[in-house]
Formats: sequence, structure tokens, C-alpha cells
Amino acid sequence: METLLNDFSPGLFVVSTILMLALIALMVKFAWKPILASLSEREEGIQGALDAAEKAKREMANLQADNQRLLQEARLERETMLKEARELKSKMIADAEAEAKTQANKMIAQAQEAITSEKKAAMAELKSHVAGLSIEIAEKVVRNELSNKDKQLELVESMLGEATLN
Amino acid sequence: MEPVTYNLIGAGLIVIGAGIGLGQIGGKAMEGIARQPEAAGKIQTAMIIVAALLEGLAFGALFLGK
Amino acid sequence: MKIVQQSFKFLALAVLMFFSSSISAFNVGGDGGQVSGKQEVEEYIVHHLKDSHDFNLFSYTDDSGERKHFGVALPVILWSSEGLVTFMSSEFHHDDNGQVVVEKDGLKFTKIHSKIYELEKGAAAVSFDADHHATNASKVLDFSITKSVVGILLIGLLMLFWFSRLAKQYKKKQIPTGFGRILEPLVLYVRDEIARPNIGEKHYRKFTGYLLTVFFFIWILNLAGLTPLGFNVTGQLAVTACLAIFTLIIYTVSGNKDYWMHILWMPGVPIFVKPILALIELVGAFIIKPFSLLVRLFANISAGHIVLMSLIAIMFTLKESLGVVGATSLSFVLSFFLLLIELLVAFLQAYIFTMLSALFIGMAVAEHDHEHDHDNEITSDVEDVRGDFI
Repeated sequence: METLLNDFSPGLFVVSTILMLALIALMVKFAWKPILASLSEREEGIQGALDAAEKAKREMANLQADNQRLLQEARLERETMLKEARELKSKMIADAEAEAKTQANKMIAQAQEAITSEKKAAMAELKSHVAGLSIEIAEKVVRNELSNKDKQLELVESMLGEATLN
Repeated sequence: MEPVTYNLIGAGLIVIGAGIGLGQIGGKAMEGIARQPEAAGKIQTAMIIVAALLEGLAFGALFLGK
Repeated sequence: MKIVQQSFKFLALAVLMFFSSSISAFNVGGDGGQVSGKQEVEEYIVHHLKDSHDFNLFSYTDDSGERKHFGVALPVILWSSEGLVTFMSSEFHHDDNGQVVVEKDGLKFTKIHSKIYELEKGAAAVSFDADHHATNASKVLDFSITKSVVGILLIGLLMLFWFSRLAKQYKKKQIPTGFGRILEPLVLYVRDEIARPNIGEKHYRKFTGYLLTVFFFIWILNLAGLTPLGFNVTGQLAVTACLAIFTLIIYTVSGNKDYWMHILWMPGVPIFVKPILALIELVGAFIIKPFSLLVRLFANISAGHIVLMSLIAIMFTLKESLGVVGATSLSFVLSFFLLLIELLVAFLQAYIFTMLSALFIGMAVAEHDHEHDHDNEITSDVEDVRGDFI
């Protein structure tokens, strides 16, 4: 201990304290502060870049998922559209068919009606014609055979019978 | 015996003690590293600190006697 | 292959360094000519471990038997009984035993074992007692630019130069080039392995500057001590004491309430133990911690120098029994490997000093868990009150 204390130089202690204080102050001001600041700045930069890359990756994945979804949606839409078109087509066909059928039925009914009315008209005409004819015949017969009353009657009778048969 | 000889005996005792202590520290640290190699860094740091404390004690004693 | 080449280069450098240091080590500031005996070697080592007032690179004795010194004289600055006195150390003519008396401003000074003494009035020469203590002279406050001061200045300027250049490099680009590539990982090492884990994420920024300065200062000076320049700055008690006291001041000033409470009134122990614990803690904080810091560094570096020089001295001391070649090669091999170990010690001591400083600072600024609990309580109370009002 004695030797130690004897070796201790208070002057050197003072001088080295002053020098160390100056050195610490200068080093902190001119070296450590800028160095540590740029080091942490660089680290933050690297961290930021890593984060950005991670974010970009996530966004990319999102985008891809979006694309996939859009594609899926488009496919679905196309399918529904096709389905609708197909349905529309068959519906139209069915409609047209139905319409045509009703039209045809209507036309047939009209035709039948026309036919029956024509027939009725023809029958009426025929009847009136037959009546006119029979009156003509009757006039002729009457002119010829008016003398013979019995024969006249008989003739009318027979002719009437024939007419009803027609 | 002269006082210098006593000093030397004391120094020898200090060195024996410090040697035993350092051996313990080193040996246990090795054991620890062997058991948990993944903690080697932490064990080494702790070992150096403890060894330094022991060393400080031993040197302090040695120089007090000088 | 490249690694092999580089390690070879390193080895070559180490050998060169060692060789030149072995040559120069026994010539620094010597006064008695050639060194050969055991006693002289011991004296020589003791002399080297002390600070010296001139920067002597080597000395030799020429053919006419005259002692020649090669080096630089340094200014001597003294605070004597009559104020400031300055002169150059060359006026002592390399005397270290109180033989040469320098007269300046009517005061007489002499140098004994690297310490400058002021002679009493009227005394013409130093007289010694039986233990070789000067009887008619007293020590003066010595603010000289000694070899250690030169070392501190040189290394300080070197550090400023290196690191300010590194700082400038960052302005231009993100990654440093050249020597900065070696410095950057070291800076990161100190910050991430020493400061951050020991002080804690919250406070470490404030103290990193100090820790970095101390780390590089000690490490580079330790390494400089292994070069032929023969610096022994970190082996000077005054320098290590200065560093340890800086650490002491820093952790004392930045200690928080909790730290002081744990020192003065340890919570969680019986009341009659508290004063005893406070005494122990105070002694621990103010004496044991800085003392262990300063003694550890001083002792390690001094011991390294002593052992290294003793091994180099084998060249002289074992010359008779082993022959010139045997003694030299034995000394060479042993001191070469010791030098390699000393390179490791140089780093390790800088690391430990910085690490323990960081640890002590970390203890002083640490926030304990029960403090957090308390904080949480307060905030929850505030929340409750706010909830009542809204």
C-alpha cells in the first residue's frame, strides 16, 4: 500500500483528468454523436426498408387475391349470363311456339266458323233456289195439268216428299 | 522471518485462493456451456464479470500487502 | 487462403513488434549503462513501470565509454513552494538518483526515482537516510508533460482523427470504407454488447459516448504499452484512478431515487439490519467499486509489463548457464507467447473496465419492478377519476 501511494502522482492525476475530460467532450461532440446518429439512422433505414418490403409483399399477395377474386367473379358472371341467355332462348322459343299454336288454333276456329257459316248460307241459298225451282216446276206442272186436279195434287205431294228428303 | 517473507506468504495465499476461485468459475461456466450450448454467450459474459470481480479482489489484496 | 495469408502477416507483425520491443525495452531512460545482473534487471523493470520525464527511445554506450541517449526531452512543469516553475527535462541529464541539481528561480530541484523533489533552502545536494529516502528535500506537485501525458495526448489525437474521419464518412455514404470498416464493428460491439444490455434500452444512449471513449482509450493505450515506444499509461495509478473516478461520478450523479433508497434504506429487510446494510452499500458504492476498477486495470497492465520484461531479461540473466543462443531463444519463445497473451489481456481489460462501468451505471439507473406497479396504480386511479367525471 505504501509503495502504491508513493507511486501515485497527483500531478499526473490532475493532468490526465483534464485531458480525459477534454477527450471525452471532443469525442462525444465530433465522433460519437454523428457516428451513433448515422448508425441508428442506417439501422432505422434498414428496418424501414424491410418493413416496406414486407408491406409490399403483403400488398402483392392482396393484389393477387383480388385478381383471383375478380377473375372468379367474372367467370361466375359469364356463367350466369350464359345461363340467362340460354333460358331466354328457350323461353322465347316456347313463347313463339305457344303463340303460333294459339294463332293456328284461332285461324282453324275462324276457318271452321267461316265454313259453317258458308255452308249455312249455301244451304239457305240452295233451299231458296230449290223453293224457286219447285215453284217454277209447280207452275209448269200446274199449267200443263191444271185440268186434272187429282193428278195435280198427287204430283205436288210426291215432289214435296222428295224435297224434304233432300 | 523477515517481513518481506510474510508478504510473500500472504501473496501466495492470495494466489491460491484466487486460483481456486477462478477454477470454480471457469469449471462451472464450462459445465453450464456444455449443458446449454445456446446460452454460451451469456454464460461467458457473466463468467468474465465474476472473474473480473474476483481478480479485482485478489489484486486489491496483493497490492495492499505490497 | 486469404485468412492464412492475413494471419501470417499478423504473426510477422507481432514478431517484428516483439523483437523491436525486446531491443528497446531495456534501453528506455536507462542511467547505468548496460544491464546484466539480476539486481539491475529488477531496478530496470521498476524504473520502466514508473512515469518518466523524457521520451527516451533508446540509449547506448559508445566506444569511448560515453553514454548516449536518443529521444526527446519533455517540459517539466512544477508547482513549487514559490509558484510555477518550468524547464526542460534535459537539464537533469538523464540522472534519476538525485545527483544532478537543477537551479531555477532560486529554487533547487532534483529527480529521484522519477519523482521530482524540491531541495530545502541552503542545501546544495540531497542527503539520504538509511532507506534511501531524501532527508532534506520534499516532493512537489508535478504537472509535467511526462511520457504518460504524451501518450494520452498522442492516443487522444489519434482517436479524434480516426473517429471524426469515420463520422465524416457517414455523411457521404452509408457504409464506411478503409479503416472505418474496422472501427465500425468495434463501435457497434461496444454499443450493442456492453452499453445496451447492461444499462438498458431506455437510458443507454446518454452513456454510450463515455463508454466508447473509455473503451478505445484503454484498449489503444494498452496496445501502445506493448509497442517499442514503451508507454505504460494504463499502468499508472493516477490514470486508472482518474478513469475509475469518472465512472464513480457518473453513476453517483445519474443514480435515481430507487438506487439511493437501496443504498441508504434497503427495503424488505428488518429495520435493525438497515443501517448496517447502508454502511456496507455506501462503502461498496464509493470505495470498493472504483477501487476494484482502478486496481484491476493498473495491476493487470503492470503485471503484464513486469512478466514480459522479466522474460525478455532471461536473455541476460541465464546467459551464463544456457549460453547466448540458448538464453536468447528461450527468452524469445517465452516472451513471444506472453506477448500474444498480453494482446488478449489488452482487449480484455478494456472490455472489463467498460463492461463494469456500464454495469455500475446500469445498476444506478435501473427501474425496479415495484416502481412499475406503482405507476400502473396511479394511472389506473387517474383513469377511474376521469371515468367518474365523464
